[in-house]
Amino acid sequence: MRKDIIEIRWHGRGGQGAITAAKIVANAAFVAGYKGVVMAPTFGTERRGAPVFTSLKISKAKIYDLSPITTPDMVVVLDHTLLEEVNVVAGLKENGLVVLNGPRPLAAYPFPGMRVAVSDVTKHAVEAGLPAGIVNSGIIGAFAKATGLVDIDILVQAIEKEFVGKKPEKNAKAARIAFDNTDIGG
Amino acid sequence: MHIIEAGNVAAAIGVKLSRAQVIAAYPITPQTPLTEKLSEFVESGELEAQYIPVESEHSAMAVCIAASTAGARAFTATSANGLLYMVEQLHWAVGARLPVVMCVANRGIGAPWTVWNDQQDTISQRDVGWIQLYCNDHQQIIDSVIKAFKLAQTVSVPVMVCYDGYLLSHTYMPFEQPEQSKVDAFLPAFTPKHFLDPENPGNFNTVTLPDIRLDVDGIMAPGYIEIRHNLQEDLRAALDTYVTIDKEFEKEFGRGGNPFVEEYKCEDAEFVAVCIGSLSYQLRDVVDIMRDDQVKIGVMGVQMYRPFPDQAITQALAGKKCVIVFEKALSYGNQGALYADIKSALYSSEKKPRIHNYILGLGGREIKTQHLLDALAESCTTPDTFGDSPRWIGLKLQE
Repeated sequence: MRKDIIEIRWHGRGGQGAITAAKIVANAAFVAGYKGVVMAPTFGTERRGAPVFTSLKISKAKIYDLSPITTPDMVVVLDHTLLEEVNVVAGLKENGLVVLNGPRPLAAYPFPGMRVAVSDVTKHAVEAGLPAGIVNSGIIGAFAKATGLVDIDILVQAIEKEFVGKKPEKNAKAARIAFDNTDIGG
Repeated sequence: MHIIEAGNVAAAIGVKLSRAQVIAAYPITPQTPLTEKLSEFVESGELEAQYIPVESEHSAMAVCIAASTAGARAFTATSANGLLYMVEQLHWAVGARLPVVMCVANRGIGAPWTVWNDQQDTISQRDVGWIQLYCNDHQQIIDSVIKAFKLAQTVSVPVMVCYDGYLLSHTYMPFEQPEQSKVDAFLPAFTPKHFLDPENPGNFNTVTLPDIRLDVDGIMAPGYIEIRHNLQEDLRAALDTYVTIDKEFEKEFGRGGNPFVEEYKCEDAEFVAVCIGSLSYQLRDVVDIMRDDQVKIGVMGVQMYRPFPDQAITQALAGKKCVIVFEKALSYGNQGALYADIKSALYSSEKKPRIHNYILGLGGREIKTQHLLDALAESCTTPDTFGDSPRWIGLKLQE
């Protein structure tokens, strides 16, 4: 109910790295001056491949409410096939934002009354030299472009830090390519 | 330096900074990532300790008892049924006056199975004699672990550091990591007065008789009841000791000042919500909403539950119009344990407030801000209509 908190819900599949992506954004947001950062994963029932979501709340002030997000300002979807299984926009605020990893053009993803941003993160990650299916770094580039909440350079630094020893440059590159190739609807 | 990590990792870093020497643990949700992190620290050499994997929680505490008896700084962690499986050893650790430290990621107790948060596990252990500290966020977890080792070795009583499972154990938030050199200054290496030493053989925890008797050196030794009396006296004295330790910690690290209770907008409040753990922070947002509607309300989190800081609590609550106690645990067949303890503390007070009891969040039932608002609104508008039985929040009973 606090107006100062930006609520971002991340949808992915177990094992896809949605929690890592949200954690990277949490770190970058903190560096960028958001002193209140809380990231709460779905609890207890994670399974590989099953739909999962995680709640990320950011604010300039300390956050006290740790409960899951029910009325997000924006949702980030790591896998377009989730759209057939999960109502990813449940509770999304009016004129809320959907950031989607999907292979098709904007018009293929109609969400009436909401803003949509699409990037083919799966493809861009391969272009960056990552194995097929690694999307949790690239999606951050699309998130940065669509939201403008945190500077892409700060996010890329946070990506490189998180992926130390796990292809940090290629993960950073995936985010940058996705950043440059995100289509944002009206 | 600030980092953003889960509460279990905050606890693990606190244990590493405290230079625990023996760690024995059995994994149980939601404590597991804490023990995994500690085993990583030991494997990588970041923490010079013996990590002893065991086949049960009972053995985990038995190993900690043995290690602590030999003078080592010992640590374990558990949750829920794991805590209950070690109960016999919990009593032994405190009776033997061993400064073991244990983290408990609070979880509901089976049957029926639940892996989610409430506080029945540790609250049900309030009468064991362990000191119990509770945390509201990750900063308090890491700080409390460090303070717990100091408190345990100063008063020779084991300490539980409790934090809400999942809500804190698995949630990520920023916290400051104390510097190792400062922690070393605050918590130097420790040699107990008495420990198991092959060079100086001695008897430990021999059988006592109902009366006092001469020991092997011909000195009159206390009997069981004297030893238990001393435990009670030392626990009550530990309240003052913890104030001193908290002050030392604040001087070194700049955080502290609320060893027993943490108050928010209580000073001019007519109504005070009271609870244990992260819920007290969630209630701050509720208090702010009600303050906007001109309700004079505050919230108080209880940070130390045993020994019970009755004076601090009486000082904070006496003279208020109404005290509303929210609990994620219940003394079944009676009332919330914290509610009963607070009532008892206020009994001798001249200005007794009305006092209400709500039970909520058992087994991880989501605690909605609106439910808290509704409950507090009812308590504040009709404080005289509540009986002594607890009311339940968020129940979905089917007719």
